[in-house]
Amino acid sequence: MRSERGATLPLKAAAIGGLLFLHIPLALIILYAFTTEEKSFQFPPPGLTLRWFQAAWFDRPDIWGPLWLSLQVAVLATLIALVLGTLAAAALWRARFFGKDSISLLFILPIALPGIITGIALRSAFDIMSIPFSTWTIVLGHATFCIVVVYNNALARFRRLSGSMIEASMDLGANGPQTFRHVILPQIGSALLAGGMLAFALSFDEVIVTTFTAGQQATLPIWMLNELIRPRQRPVTNVVALIVIAVTFLPILAAYYLTREGEHTGGSGK
Amino acid sequence: MPAAVSFQHVSRHFGQVKAVDDVSLDIARGEFFAMLGPSGSGKTTCLRLIAGFEQPTSGHIEIFGETAEGLPPYKRNVNTVFQDYALFPHMTVGENVAYGLMIKGVSRPEREAKALDALAMVKLRGFEQRRPSQLSGGQRQRVALARALVNQPKVLLLDEPLGALDLKLREQMQEELKALQKQLGITFVFVTHDQGEALSMANRVAIFNDGRIVQAGSPADVYERPRSRFVADFVGSSNVLPPDFAAAHGGTRAWTSLRPEKIRIVSPDEALPSGQFGIMGRVASVNYQGAMTRVAVDANGTRIAAALPAGLTAIQEGETVTLAWSADNLVAMDAA
Amino acid sequence: MSAATTDPRGGLSDFFYRHSGLLTLALLLPPLLWIGIVYLGSLFALLLQSFYSLDEFSGLVVHEFTLTTYGHLFTASNLTIILRTAVMAAVVTMASAILAFPIAYYAARYAKGGWKALFYLAVMMPLWSSYLVKVYAWKLILAKEGIITWMAEKLHIGWLLDALLAVPVIGGSSLSFSYIGTFIVFVYIWLPYMILPTQAALERVPKNFIEASADLGASPRQTFRTVILPLALPGVIAGSIFTFSLTLGDYIIPQIVGNSRPFIGTAVYALQGTAGDIPLAAAFTVVPVVIMGFYLTIARRMGAFDAL
Repeated sequence: MRSERGATLPLKAAAIGGLLFLHIPLALIILYAFTTEEKSFQFPPPGLTLRWFQAAWFDRPDIWGPLWLSLQVAVLATLIALVLGTLAAAALWRARFFGKDSISLLFILPIALPGIITGIALRSAFDIMSIPFSTWTIVLGHATFCIVVVYNNALARFRRLSGSMIEASMDLGANGPQTFRHVILPQIGSALLAGGMLAFALSFDEVIVTTFTAGQQATLPIWMLNELIRPRQRPVTNVVALIVIAVTFLPILAAYYLTREGEHTGGSGK
Repeated sequence: MPAAVSFQHVSRHFGQVKAVDDVSLDIARGEFFAMLGPSGSGKTTCLRLIAGFEQPTSGHIEIFGETAEGLPPYKRNVNTVFQDYALFPHMTVGENVAYGLMIKGVSRPEREAKALDALAMVKLRGFEQRRPSQLSGGQRQRVALARALVNQPKVLLLDEPLGALDLKLREQMQEELKALQKQLGITFVFVTHDQGEALSMANRVAIFNDGRIVQAGSPADVYERPRSRFVADFVGSSNVLPPDFAAAHGGTRAWTSLRPEKIRIVSPDEALPSGQFGIMGRVASVNYQGAMTRVAVDANGTRIAAALPAGLTAIQEGETVTLAWSADNLVAMDAA
Repeated sequence: MSAATTDPRGGLSDFFYRHSGLLTLALLLPPLLWIGIVYLGSLFALLLQSFYSLDEFSGLVVHEFTLTTYGHLFTASNLTIILRTAVMAAVVTMASAILAFPIAYYAARYAKGGWKALFYLAVMMPLWSSYLVKVYAWKLILAKEGIITWMAEKLHIGWLLDALLAVPVIGGSSLSFSYIGTFIVFVYIWLPYMILPTQAALERVPKNFIEASADLGASPRQTFRTVILPLALPGVIAGSIFTFSLTLGDYIIPQIVGNSRPFIGTAVYALQGTAGDIPLAAAFTVVPVVIMGFYLTIARRMGAFDAL
């Protein structure tokens, strides 16, 4: 959308101010991971040091268990979400039937309703059915709200596939599985990868639902939450926060580039 | 010898909408057959029924004598050139053309050679490494054509293939398609809403309206002898004369078609030649159209259009003229 | 037809060709079963729990249908919690809409090429980066010895900050122990959820609408008010679904930044955790579900679902 006039100064200022508001806190987290101040959140930091990274790595074995659990959960939840989200998008992409809107709303619901509802609902269900807490109870919750992430990504790409492309493939002799393999998958692959990465990032730092589905287990975010409420060693928490930013930053960036590139290759060939 | 494509009382309904309504039709082998009609007339659905993208609600379809109902597109020896070409954007031009052969399990060297031949046929040799996005509209159209023809289909279906091209390119492609069809001898079924295109390319034309075939025949036949007011209007343009008017001016008591180019204009003082009929009227408008000049004449409240070769007469608006035609130019029609 | 039965791979493919409705069903069934059983089933369990009650002596859940739990819910102190949460959600939503609009508007109408990508990424990054880390960042910022106090002193407006904190109800001992702090963090965390749908709605306003409006004699201000704003509204409402709903149910932000007066989320968290009163916790969560039910109905009427 090209405009004949540039943006007015107040608009520009408001937009840039808003973006700074979004980013300064993240920058501060990075800064605080290096502060020498141990007891308070003093600003500016009296000095900079790398020793908290060392402390996190060597002196705090309690980080490793939660980190490992978080990775495990994120991988399992992502895989489940990938399969189910892709199936849902494939089914709803071209189908027209009564109640289709309600079904797509159903997939959005787990992220549109507050996470605490999903959490307490799952907790209630586990309680009623006497299911003990395990890695799988966490995965169950995570996969549920990750489906919509994959679903949205896949659906957006499916919609860019021209419908006649699939007909063309069948017309040229390919049956359903062949068409999926040679025509659909290559074109939605990057969108699925992007959806999977976002799902991974979402699961990796989810805490609201996890609190209710983890029981006594601690994922990395739960570990962090405990540190925030009852701090033991603030600078180490800062370091872990920085690591979490890094672990989620990369998949998000990758997902962005994957879907952006898709805009050039996914067109209808018109 | 069975027909290339045969429809027997075929209907395709989408809920309440009768997209195709009791169509019976035979397309002969080697024919260049055009399905002509306005949008929503059922012509594209008919094409999709042949390709296998749609299933008939009722009726029977045969392709080269074989029952087609229930047979998926990938089991029909029929290929389609799509309106939006539907080239695979993630494959090169060469891979696009070789796609059907790859699915069939043809070895790589063989299918590459055949793809090159097909590309040569549509004059795109040397483009095999490009991506569809790097081609112009006309080139994509040719790739789509090569991709279909390389499979040696028994019937080639073309869905408004020239619709997206500009006029010059369209005329050129019309010539090439016609030549290609003659050379290959494959049955072509061609869907278009452009009556000029249908008349100039096809051996036979079926005119669709509201899901039904209202008339089928050779281009000259449907043009010269429209059987209904719809055909008279849709194929070319025509003066549709009411029964009483027609009976009084050389025709029978029926709705009657009179093509504008069959009308001559004589000056009011001139006598009508014998065997000619005519009517006097006032010139309401004159439109210069290059090769033709269209004159609209108001004759006692009936508006009649005449098309005259350009530069023949200098006629002014408001002038009184006599329009003349011979009885055999009046074509009585079945329906109003 | 006979080929269909002899070709083992084509068999299923042919079957689905003839019954395309069944293909949709076969694809849809696994995700639908998952959401239906895991999610809806749990919501149903939640509803069921809310009709159970806690035996006050044994501290165990009595699995018998009763309305006493709902009776406990509608006490004055609990209603205060619900009201406090709803007001906070409403204020946060309005503030997010006001803050988001210029960003979305600028990104949709003025940013081009690389700048547009940068804008998009600049909104996506905070949206997707760790929730806890973001909340934590504000703990650092709002702390008494943190950057805000430091800046206020550097700019010699420390008195302003003190005055703000001295305001009854919303003030507190420091920003991180006040409603103002809670409010800022809520706005910060949910802001990207408001920007994205608003921007998407603005992107869909065709340029020629704006030109047509100008052509018909509207001033830029009039065009904005009569053309752009109404067309962007579904996007803003779509965004508000998230900001409102997520604020309604959050229980972590008020625990970390705030004056420790309970919100619905923190109440539910405490009830199910330390108190072990799952029935009352369940009944409490039914409140945001009902509120969101109304909210979604209204949003749907206003066309917000197309903008999701």
